[in-house]
Amino acid sequence: MPRIQLIKILLLAVVVAAMINGGMELYKHRHYQLPIVAGPGVTKVSKLSEYCEGIKGTMADTNVFFLEGREPGGKMLIMANTHSNEPAALLATLIFMENAVVEKGTLILIPMFNHSGSRNTRPGDGYPLYFEIPTDWGSKKFRMGNRDASWLDQWPDPDVYVHYPDRQLLSFIDTRNTNRTWPGRPGGPLMERVTYAAMQIIREEKVDIVIDVHGAETMFPVTNCIVAPEKSMRIATMTTLTVKAREKFDNHVEPSPSGFRGLSHREIGDFSDAMPFLLEAPIPFLDQPTGPKTVELLLDGKDPFLLSLSKKGLLFVPYDETGWPIEKRVGQHCSVIQELMRQFTRKFPEKTIAVQNVPKYADVVKNGVGYYYHNPDETDKKSVYFN
Amino acid sequence: MPLIMIIYYVICVYLIALLLWNFIKEKKSVNDMLLYLLVLIPLILRVLRVK
Repeated sequence: MPRIQLIKILLLAVVVAAMINGGMELYKHRHYQLPIVAGPGVTKVSKLSEYCEGIKGTMADTNVFFLEGREPGGKMLIMANTHSNEPAALLATLIFMENAVVEKGTLILIPMFNHSGSRNTRPGDGYPLYFEIPTDWGSKKFRMGNRDASWLDQWPDPDVYVHYPDRQLLSFIDTRNTNRTWPGRPGGPLMERVTYAAMQIIREEKVDIVIDVHGAETMFPVTNCIVAPEKSMRIATMTTLTVKAREKFDNHVEPSPSGFRGLSHREIGDFSDAMPFLLEAPIPFLDQPTGPKTVELLLDGKDPFLLSLSKKGLLFVPYDETGWPIEKRVGQHCSVIQELMRQFTRKFPEKTIAVQNVPKYADVVKNGVGYYYHNPDETDKKSVYFN
Repeated sequence: MPLIMIIYYVICVYLIALLLWNFIKEKKSVNDMLLYLLVLIPLILRVLRVK
């Protein structure tokens, strides 16, 4: 065999081996099914596509869980994984789903709102593909997703994203960002159809409060806060004051800018009767000047570079050697959501939302996040859903 | 799948064919051979709907 042919075969073998190795990892990640246990409070499970035909059969379709109370009352929608690289949102929402028992009113949960994004990754930033939460029965493995939906599901990106209906010009990448595509439209790009479906849930189910759960960098001013438009401001303010006084953690209010379109906390309020709130908990993993993007950093939030920046007063949250562990972030979300419920109920007693059996901040910090998850292998298969 | 996605995949397949053809035809430069193969990787992964 000529020498050049031998070199070609060798090169081909090496490149194909590298492609198969890397490709299989990504393929497995995209198709990994996360088992979700529907707790005793779940009364109905639906699909997002039931509210918008245009996402049926696509990777954007996702489960919608209803927890209906014994008595009527107000309705709250909680959405997590709008940005799938902010996992405290998903973990907190699953605590509600696996444990909450609704006495009055209705909870509607969408644990993986940007389902396509949850099956995407950001290899250029060295994101881990998975992370695991320790539990009493082993560890629960989650996909680590990306901020935006996958190109495999929505393509091509425009040069400039023209927001519908305001025609504001946004970054091209935000056409796949489900916190820029509100209120959406049934015939728009896939992510606009996703937000349109959620708007249909809000309108058809007559939802009173919508909570979009997120995480934000410690160097970003809009972190550790509730973002609220004018109509939600009073309840948001009372909530932050109450959690600070009762549960001893900081949380402030940021006003939703009226001139920045496409955001859930703006458009949901403007295009429905619901009160929107967006929760942000600090997530050091997303900060740019950190060490490697490891699972440890994702879960404990400890980073020497952020510690150094903190000493220079460059962070917007308190930060010390203990980092920002996932228990604190998830616990904050659990407490803030319950306090929003309580404040809403105080203001509108005829629309009471009463939920039992959900831990608060101190409980989650003490027991850990995994303490509240049930083993899907030991649960009735009818109660296990895959997302 | 929207028409533009289908066109995109057709373009990917066309580029894959061109690169493979160049790889086969290349007789001297090992660097070029390797370059053709590396450029192929994302195109093949996209056509296979992996990444």
